[in-house]
Parts: sequence; structure tokens; C-alpha cells
Amino acid sequence: MSFFKLLIRNRLAFAGLIVMGLVLALVIATPILPLYEPNVTDTANRFLKPFEGGHILGTDHLGRDLLSRLLWGTQLSLAVGISAAVFAAFFGAAIGIVAGYFGGTTDNVIMRGVDMLMAFPYILLALAIVAALGPGLVNALIAVAAVNIPFFARNIRGVTVGIAHKEFVDAARLAGESHLKIILTEIVPNVIPVIVIAMSTTIGWMILETAGLSFLGLGSQPPQADLGSMLGEARSALITNPHTSVVPGVMILIIVMAINLLGDGVRDALDPRLRSGALTRPRPATLVEREGPVPAPVESGTLVLTDLQTQFRVGERVYKAVSHVSLHVAPGECLGVIGESGSGKSVTALSIMGLVASPPGVIVGGSAIYDGTELIGAPYSKLRSYRGDKVAYIFQDPLATLHPLYTVGDQLCEAIRVHHSVSKAEAWTRAVELLKQVRIPNAEGRAKVYPHEMSGGMRQRVGIAMALANDPDVIIADEPTTALDVTVQAQILALLNDLRRERGLSIIFITHDFGVVAQLCDRVAVMYAGRIVETGPTQEVLDDAAHPYTRRLIACVPELGEGRRELHAIPGLPPAVDRLPAGCAFAPRCDKAQTLCQVGVIELEGGASRKVRCLYPETDIAGMAKPVAQVPELKKGAGA
Amino acid sequence: MGGYILKRLVSAIPVLFGITVIVFLIMAMIPGDPALAILGSYATPENVEKLNRDLGLDQPLVARYFIWLGNMLTGDFGRSFSLNRPVIDEVLDRFSATLILAGTSLVLCAIFGIAAGVVSAARQYGFADKAITFAVLLGISIPSFFLGMMMILLFAVRWKMLPVSGMYAIYGGGDLPDLLNHLIMPALALAVVATGVVARLSRSAMLEVLRQDFVRTARAKGVPEGRVVWGHALRAAMVTIIPVLGVQAGFVLSGAVYIEMVFQWPGVGRMLVDAILKRDILLVQGGVVFVAACYVLFNIAVDVAQSVLDPRIKT
Repeated sequence: MSFFKLLIRNRLAFAGLIVMGLVLALVIATPILPLYEPNVTDTANRFLKPFEGGHILGTDHLGRDLLSRLLWGTQLSLAVGISAAVFAAFFGAAIGIVAGYFGGTTDNVIMRGVDMLMAFPYILLALAIVAALGPGLVNALIAVAAVNIPFFARNIRGVTVGIAHKEFVDAARLAGESHLKIILTEIVPNVIPVIVIAMSTTIGWMILETAGLSFLGLGSQPPQADLGSMLGEARSALITNPHTSVVPGVMILIIVMAINLLGDGVRDALDPRLRSGALTRPRPATLVEREGPVPAPVESGTLVLTDLQTQFRVGERVYKAVSHVSLHVAPGECLGVIGESGSGKSVTALSIMGLVASPPGVIVGGSAIYDGTELIGAPYSKLRSYRGDKVAYIFQDPLATLHPLYTVGDQLCEAIRVHHSVSKAEAWTRAVELLKQVRIPNAEGRAKVYPHEMSGGMRQRVGIAMALANDPDVIIADEPTTALDVTVQAQILALLNDLRRERGLSIIFITHDFGVVAQLCDRVAVMYAGRIVETGPTQEVLDDAAHPYTRRLIACVPELGEGRRELHAIPGLPPAVDRLPAGCAFAPRCDKAQTLCQVGVIELEGGASRKVRCLYPETDIAGMAKPVAQVPELKKGAGA
Repeated sequence: MGGYILKRLVSAIPVLFGITVIVFLIMAMIPGDPALAILGSYATPENVEKLNRDLGLDQPLVARYFIWLGNMLTGDFGRSFSLNRPVIDEVLDRFSATLILAGTSLVLCAIFGIAAGVVSAARQYGFADKAITFAVLLGISIPSFFLGMMMILLFAVRWKMLPVSGMYAIYGGGDLPDLLNHLIMPALALAVVATGVVARLSRSAMLEVLRQDFVRTARAKGVPEGRVVWGHALRAAMVTIIPVLGVQAGFVLSGAVYIEMVFQWPGVGRMLVDAILKRDILLVQGGVVFVAACYVLFNIAVDVAQSVLDPRIKT
């Protein structure tokens, strides 16, 4: 979208634009409006109230017409403030570009100087400059511009450094162009948006500052008046005749507010990071907006998911991250959920406890039943009481998932104390015990360190200890070993395996690695593009995968002692889930695909334990309907 | 920790040095005879000559700088001609009044600004967020001197709740309640702009943090939402907010100049403005250097606080 469209669409910025336009129109028209002379005194008519004696806004302490003085003062204030902004931007940008472009010692010396200037509270610098040059409007303008130069210099330098070593600049340099020409033709056009942003956010402030210096009597000198000096002169009559103060004060407020609104709009329109509204905070629990009735569960187990559907809504687009996923896990059982990144496996896991970031995530249907209780759409308090206590998560990358500023022990204690009212000391003892259980050496000492002081493997153990803190019934492990090296990975898997045998835990283990599934999981569900494409007991699936995609995934695992087996990467990419093709989502990448594969809806079919979503599976599965069309015109009829 | 503080103090030396150079250079821009500028146009020739000798004004620029610097290092900031008093005495008296005012405002802006930012972020796009965003916009757009004047009209003149101006009552005042009574309005008026800025930045810092994985972990543990926001998220956001408070201290000190004028607060800002209008150059010079140096030291304190707050910073 174009800059101006974005700006206009922002209602507040648009309001600012209109107000500013009106003020500017008034100010430009001031010389031709039928106004009193701004500086003609009439002491007989001093302090007239608004609308008295033909003065719309009344008169000031010398009987001068306030409306006329207001408009002329506004003109002066705007001219001075805008000039200050332009000077500051020009010199600041020049300094910043020179520092950023030449780098090295030049940069060092300039930026040190800039840092020195920024070490002052700005007004001290402005006051010192005015003290040296003497009070007066031009000197105030110089002072305000000068104290703002460092701000521009620093910002522009940062951007220039980023550009100065881009290919096109190097190319220009190699072509033997002069520095000045490179700066003017290559650098300046690229830093202009930054200058505009910096100006639009500081111009209101500079108008305030020049008005401030005038208010102090250091800016415009009588009889000439800008808004600040009008306010300063009116101050002595504040109590007896407040309208003389209110008039210029409100004008400053209106102008600065309009400029700030406009400036924010300009920044939002120019700063790509803010464009898509990327900075939204996730709610405490994922939004649930059911599009149909709650499905009745078919399976049984500790945790049963039926027809779960989760979407991401970004603007007009809808990404169907999870489409009709049904899973279940029994006590002491480990279910593997496997798929490439983006297959929806993590979103499935996070949906269960309402942890999908929302916005943009929305659960639109399905059911997740833990111990007879429906979790999808459950009130937040219910969900919270189960989180970590009954159903716990282990996340990937514990450096990001552990709080960086709390000690490991404190984070464990908190996990315990949010569900059990025990003393800090008791919780701490239990925390140390948990660390020992996950085989962290010197657990007492380790409880007192911060996550960044631990190794990746140790951090992951802390993540596991935290999941175990309240002895949950279900643990959902989202790629807990992906970031770890192979030996540590093996240790962690063994640890999880022991724990589920000892405690009868149900584990849902999410991974993209069939090797891990083979080691740990009783059953496996394979996900592709938000759907389950095959499910069954791990060994059966490994031995004789039915879905071509599963076969490919298994082939990706290198095996030791198998001689020179090549790694089979799967060609192509998974489809974008905002525009899934009809039929089988894998069909475009599948070498067995037929015309029928790309039509209609292909169901997940099979018996109680094994199911596959494929018209032409690689192997026969009990309970599957034969493909509808074994028709002769399909030449490559294979498989079923 | 002690070593870190020392290291930061040492690193401040060049900055302090730079501040004196900048102030000196600005003052060297004064057109005409500096001794005349310092003493005012009614100075006798003998006085001008004596000052020229004392300050080395007849010497080259560099020598003059070092004489000035040496004098300051021994606590001699010169003598104010308009007050007929050593500059340092006057500055110290006035600065303590400014510290009370600006310090109170800084605390107020930290408390209200952070609270508003957190509420705003946690209720993003909700009513509270919109209300706070509007209040913040109003707060950062209103000139503090105008706001101060309006507060006087309302609270002092119309409702007679608070004294119009000054730091103590002229008769029978001077105790703490009296001081607080006089402090409320100027401290609030001064805090408004900074509160707006702190609220804005706190909101965006919180929005940034609330998206982080460790917040999801806290929720997955079953931590109640209030604790997730005011504990986990705010704790992490403070790392971004504390430096903002350091910068705001500079803005509060700057705004104090206007507020001291409006409320007749006997602070260093009013002293500087009076000194400029009376062309009392030595008083301006000494005041600016002193306050800027204090501000540098304050920012070191902010850095130290930051290192306490964030164990990832190597100390």
C-alpha cells in the first residue's frame, strides 16, 4: 500500500493532518484577513473579555487584539519551529552521513563529540548557547536546532553504516565515482525516509522548545510575539485575566498534538515493522471461535483430541495450520507426532492448553478432553489450573523459553507454588530434588544460576524438571532435543523414557526426526500441511509405511552400518496452508500422484490402530476402502 | 560490583572533560570583550583589568581553558557579579531545590508511566489501552509551563487546595508538610510529559516481551496472568525501561527550568534564566557545568542499576 494511503487510513493521523491543514491555511491567510493590527496598543481597552468591543478573543494587557496576535504568533512559532527542525535535520544528517560513510577515525571522532553533546540535559546546552549569543528569536532558533543535531546525527549514522557497505555502494566506489557523488546519489536517497521519520517525530517537540525559550523571555523580544512569549507575557495576569494565557496555550497544545498525531502516522506508514500490526501481544489463552458443534470423541485415553482445527488469521488471509486433527494418548503411552516444520504439529500441541499466540491464532473447532473435561473453550481459570499441573509442556530452545532474569531454582519453585501452597523453602528443596531427578550434577549449586550460565543440555534438563514439577499426567514435548547434540539427545530421551515408565506419564512427543520416534514412541502420527496423513504403532509404520510421505520421511533418517546410503531429501516445499490444494496436499511432491489425488477430500481411513490418508497407499491397510476409481484411463494405477 | 562502579566512573572522566570543553567553547562565542560581558557594561576599568588577570582572559584560548578547568577542580567556579556571591555556593543552594522537584517528578513518572504502559500493553486495543494512549498523547503535547499555569488556576485559585507558588510558606512554614504542600503541583506538572514518554516506551517494551517464548513458558506452567504480566514480562521489560528512565531524567531536569519559572521554585533552572537575562556569564557557565556533571553521574547510577537488574551484563 502506498505511503499516503496508509497515512490516510490511520484515522488519528488523518485528523492530525486536517487540523494542521486548517492551522496552516489560517496562518497563510493571516496577512489578508480583516484583523486588528497585532502590535497597536490601546490601554483604555486592556483585558477585554472575548467578544467584547469587537475583539473575538478579547485583548491583552496592552489592549492589543488577541486573535490577531494569536494568528501572527502562530505563524512565527511555526516558522521558527519548522526552521529549527530543518536545520537540525540538515546538519545532523550531514554529520551522520559523513561519520557513517567514511567510518574509522572520522566516525570515531565525530560520534564521540555527538556523545558528549548528548551527555547534557538538552536545555542546559540551549541555555548556554542563548547565554553566549544573547536572548533573541534567531538565537533561540539556533540553540534549539543545535541541541537536536546530535539526535539526527546518531540516527542517520546508524542507517548510513548499514548502507555504506552494500553492493551498489561498493560498485559505485569501484567505478571510481567521487565520494560526494556516491553520497548524493546512493546514500542520501536511502536515508531520506529515516530523516522524515526523525523529523516528523521531533518537529512538534521543537515547536514546544522554541515556544519554551520565548516563554522564558529568551526567545522573541517585544513587541514581536510568538506563542511562547504571548504566554510568558500573559503569565503575570494569569489569575486576574486567565483568557490571555489560555488562548496561546491552547493553540500550542492543538498544534503540537496535531503534529504528533501526524508524526506517529508517518512513522507507522514508513516503518515496515509496524505495518502489518506485527506488534500484538498474545492473550492469556487462545481465542476459541467455534464454527460448528463440539465433536464427540471417538477414542479414549488420558488426553483425547478430536477434529481439532486451529487457524492463523493475518489480515484477509486464513492459514489453516491444523485441520481436523484427532489424537489420543493413554496412561504410560508415548505418542510421536512427526512432520516437517510448518506441518502444524507444534500448533496442535499448543492448542490443547490454549497456548497458541492469539492474535493471530484462533481455534475454530474440535475438542480436547483431559480426564473428562473439555479444554477447548474452557474458562481461563480452569485452563490455568490444569496448565503445568495436569498437562505440562517441554519446549524447544530453552534459552528462549526459560526466563533470562530469574534463576533456574526460582523458576522451578514458581512452577510448584502456583499450584501448591507450600513455603518457599519447601519449594526450593523440591526444586533441587527435581534437578537431581533430571541428573543435573551439583543440583544445589545449579539451582542458583541463571539460564544463560548453563549449557544447552543442562537447560533442556531444567525444562524437563519444570514440566515434572507438579507430577503431571500428560507431558507435551515440543521438539525438546532438536537444539542438542546427539549424545545429549540420547541422554534426554532415555530420561523421558524412564520417567514415563516410573510414573505412568502420557507423553506426546513432537519431532521431525523418525530416528527419535523409533527410540521413544509407542505410536506415531505423521502430519503434513496441518493434517494427519498416517498413524499407527511405531514399529508397523517404520517397517511398512503406507503413505508415500511417511516413506520419504523415514528415508531421511541415516542409519549407521548401512553402508553408503544417500540422504533422501524430499524435493519441493510443503504447501502454504492459506491456499491448500484440493485433494491430497502432498500430491504436488508425490511421484505416485494421480489425477484423482487432486480432487475432493481424501479421508483418513483404516482400522482401529492404523490409518492412512492416501488413495494409493504403499501397503495394504486393513479396513480401508478401495480407491473409487481404478479406471483404465489412469495410466499409472499403482499401489492399492 | 565495586569494580564495575569504579570502571564506569573512570569511563565518565573523558565525558566530564568533554562537557567542560563544550561549555567553554560555547562561552568563547560571546562577542566582544569577555570581561565586559562578565562584569556588565557598568564595570570600572580596574575591575575589568583585574578580572582579565584572574581568569587569564588576556591569554590564548587553550591556556584560558586550562586555567578555568584548574580553578573548577579546586572548587572555584568564580564569583557571580549579579549576586555578589561565589558561584558554587549559589549553585549548590539552588541545585538542592531542583533535586527535590526533579527527583519527585522522576519517581512519579516512573511509577505512573510504567504502570500505564503495562496496563496499556496487557489490554492492547481495549478500552484502557485507548484511554491511556489518548492521555499519553495529550500529556506529551501539552507544554508543561501551560499545564502548570492551568493547574495554578484550578487548584490554587479556584479550589484553593494548594499554594500558588514557592517552595515554603513565607510565614510559619519550612517543615516537611509545608514543603510537600508546595511540591505537589510543580512535581505533577513536571512529571506529565515524562510520564507520557515512559508510558509509550513501556507499552512497546511490554508488547515486545509479551511475545517472547518465556512468557508462553510461564503461561504453560500455569502462572496466573497477573503475575505473567506484572512479574515475568515486566521484569524482562525493565531492562529496556531503565535506560529510558535515565534519558527521562535529562528531560525532567530540562523541564524543571519552565516549571521553576511558573511556580517560582528557587531551583537552578530559574537561577540560570535570571543569570542569562542579567548577563551573569560566570553563573551560567558554572551552573551548566555543575548540573551536566551531576547528570553524567546519575547516568552511571542508572547503568549500575541496570547491571544489578540484568545478570547477563558482565560486571
